[in-house]
Amino acid sequence: MFKYFKPNKIFAITSRAPKYVLFLFIIVLTIGLTEALILSPEDYKQSDAVRIMYVHVPAAWISLGIFSSLALLSVGSFVFKNKNFSLIAKSLAPSGFIFNVIALVTGSIWGKPTWGTWWAWDARITSMLILALFYGMYLLAWRIYQDKEQAIKITSMIAILGAINVPIIKFSVDWWNTLHQPQSINILSNNSIHASMLIPLGIMTAAFALFSLLIFLMKYNTELIKVKNKGLDRL
Amino acid sequence: MINEIISMNGYGTYVWSAFAFTLISFATLYFVTKLQLSKEQKRFVSKFGSLDVEKAKAARLQNINREILSNTSKI
Repeated sequence: MFKYFKPNKIFAITSRAPKYVLFLFIIVLTIGLTEALILSPEDYKQSDAVRIMYVHVPAAWISLGIFSSLALLSVGSFVFKNKNFSLIAKSLAPSGFIFNVIALVTGSIWGKPTWGTWWAWDARITSMLILALFYGMYLLAWRIYQDKEQAIKITSMIAILGAINVPIIKFSVDWWNTLHQPQSINILSNNSIHASMLIPLGIMTAAFALFSLLIFLMKYNTELIKVKNKGLDRL
Repeated sequence: MINEIISMNGYGTYVWSAFAFTLISFATLYFVTKLQLSKEQKRFVSKFGSLDVEKAKAARLQNINREILSNTSKI
């Protein structure tokens, strides 16, 4: 099965895909921004401040999704001894980190008009900050350790350890009394958010997912060329 | 209409700064990643150019190397 994951097989696709993904991302983002900033209604309590949700929530979702993928790929790299898993994980991490930072900063901006403070040490915010630290450690470890085998081991351990924090972030609003509201969107039951807000949120999430795919493809191509550069040195 | 969109009922500073921060972060990450990719592609081409005929022939046998070279000619 893993023969399809071999870099030689997928480089032909990953090297051509970014321009199409970029084009699609620009279209979806333009629609998303129009919906989020102009067409969607204001909230009866938060007024127009609610529009920050359209960048804050997708950024938080995607940073959590990417970190979960890092952990799964790290387990895969340990179990199947497939180095391509760690290469994929390494290429996913930068966009995950940026989305984490966006979630923290936009959350802080949103906090000021709604809670009256830029920052609070509540469970959700603190656990998101811890996730950012894990992302930071993960990215730093790839830079610090020159020996590839050692770098794979250390980064995989960081990703697997950091994954413990993912369910804590998810359930923090249920387990502790936090400033954050309980979840409004649930794929298994009814949503407490109106369709007029859910649609722009979905479009912005799609745009953010396309952006992370774009960065992943570019980063993955960079990593593959790095490997091939080393290969030319050995010729 | 335009004024309403800009002021956002008094929340304009917060809303626009959140969106601006997001878009600036996107642009920065995109250009940094693009720069890194183009740097590696250039390094590959320069290394490939310095190979002797036999080694270059051997390297060209790999699909991925041919793919990198064909993509690099477009940048």
